[in-house]
Amino acid sequence: MSFWDVTLELLKGFETTALIFAGTLAAALPLGLLVCFGSICRFWPLRWLTRLFIWVIRGTPLMLQVIVVFYVPGLAFGMPVENRVAAVLVAFIINYAAYFSEIYRGGIEGIPQGQWEAGQVLGMTRGQIFRRVVLLQVVKRILAPMSNEVITLVKDTSLARVIAVGEVIRAAQDITAQRALLWPLFYTGVFYLVFNGGLTLLFGWAEKKLNYYRG
Amino acid sequence: MAILEVKGLKKSFGGVQVLKGVDLTLEKGQALSIIGSSGSGKTTLLRCLNFLETPDAGELYVNGQELWGPACAQPVRQRRLHFGLVFQNFNLFPQYTALGNVTLAMDLLAKERLDRAGARQAAAENREKAAALLTRVGLADKLDHYPYQLSGGQQQRVAIARALALQPDILCFDEPTSALDPELTGEVLRVIKGLKSTDTTMIVVTHEMEFARNVSDRVIFMADGVIEEEGAPEQLFAHPASEKTRAFLASSLHPVL
Repeated sequence: MSFWDVTLELLKGFETTALIFAGTLAAALPLGLLVCFGSICRFWPLRWLTRLFIWVIRGTPLMLQVIVVFYVPGLAFGMPVENRVAAVLVAFIINYAAYFSEIYRGGIEGIPQGQWEAGQVLGMTRGQIFRRVVLLQVVKRILAPMSNEVITLVKDTSLARVIAVGEVIRAAQDITAQRALLWPLFYTGVFYLVFNGGLTLLFGWAEKKLNYYRG
Repeated sequence: MAILEVKGLKKSFGGVQVLKGVDLTLEKGQALSIIGSSGSGKTTLLRCLNFLETPDAGELYVNGQELWGPACAQPVRQRRLHFGLVFQNFNLFPQYTALGNVTLAMDLLAKERLDRAGARQAAAENREKAAALLTRVGLADKLDHYPYQLSGGQQQRVAIARALALQPDILCFDEPTSALDPELTGEVLRVIKGLKSTDTTMIVVTHEMEFARNVSDRVIFMADGVIEEEGAPEQLFAHPASEKTRAFLASSLHPVL
């Protein structure tokens, strides 16, 4: 099997990797904000419940969560999950929403109270203050921890392998098993590196864009 | 009729009563200074007037219209617009230019009141108004500067323009120069002094005794959550009636060195 053939084979696997990554990001970013609102809600039962949820999700391994989402519906309710990628996506979205919500919370709570008060005395609604004054400041503050978390997400996609989803590492292992070649497994690292390199550039660009103001 | 009337205002935080029944009236065009030591309730009074704190008891009337109390159905946002507030530490929005800081709330209000075309036209007018206000506070050449590019005194002047933009009935200042380096307080105090006119009503909480004495029409001395003494500045500074006022003025005017 030539280098080119292996590359094509791994690219096919990486497609799934990228799909899990993009799907998780697209859903967990907004969902995380919702969870965040729950965790800072003034209505204490909701706040308490949200924080319990975050504790459970952050306190258990993502791999275990993937297994639970995949097997429990079948075992407990007799409705086995047909689509493995969907199971991975559900587990990942829940997990990352919890992590993102904590990043958002840190960002929002870090905005001085005076920003809210200044908006209030100018007759702005809480929603207007959030969207027009606070949000961009939060984005600027959380860019660095977000980039960390997003890059971790890229690598976490390899956990999908635990329920036999054909992401890039699984693709390499298949080649190893069928052709007795070990190097494709190491080669997957290049795929991750290139992808994360792109993300790093993207975050660097965004950080620069937001540097037009300070504070 | 008095533009502002406050009756029996009370406010506690936890178990501590910060305002113990404040009565206050203010005529249109008056500049009122509130002096007193830290913890006397000056800032809390101002924050209550701006609805940043909810008073426990009391009544508030602006132009005879009741703004607190059971008879008041107006949403708090609307009631707020009777007052403007300039904060001790400016609280400018860092991601907006000086001009953007002034126009933001104006544009949002226009958007709520007008249709899309009207709002666009209003936005153009708001820019003009904001530029004129910033010129009035001496910042004609800083319209497109971001807050971090401005000195503390310039930032506070932007904040004053921002508060003026919504044309409040009563403009409040919460120790507007306390966060400034001494050499920058003059420019801000001169701007506030320059605002004095027959239709600008101001309440200034301040530690600047010279300012209170020379600029305001009336001075209130607060101590322990009540108005201890009030009067014309000449009278209050020269012939304080209360022992507490006398002690406060003695320590403020002749700091122990």
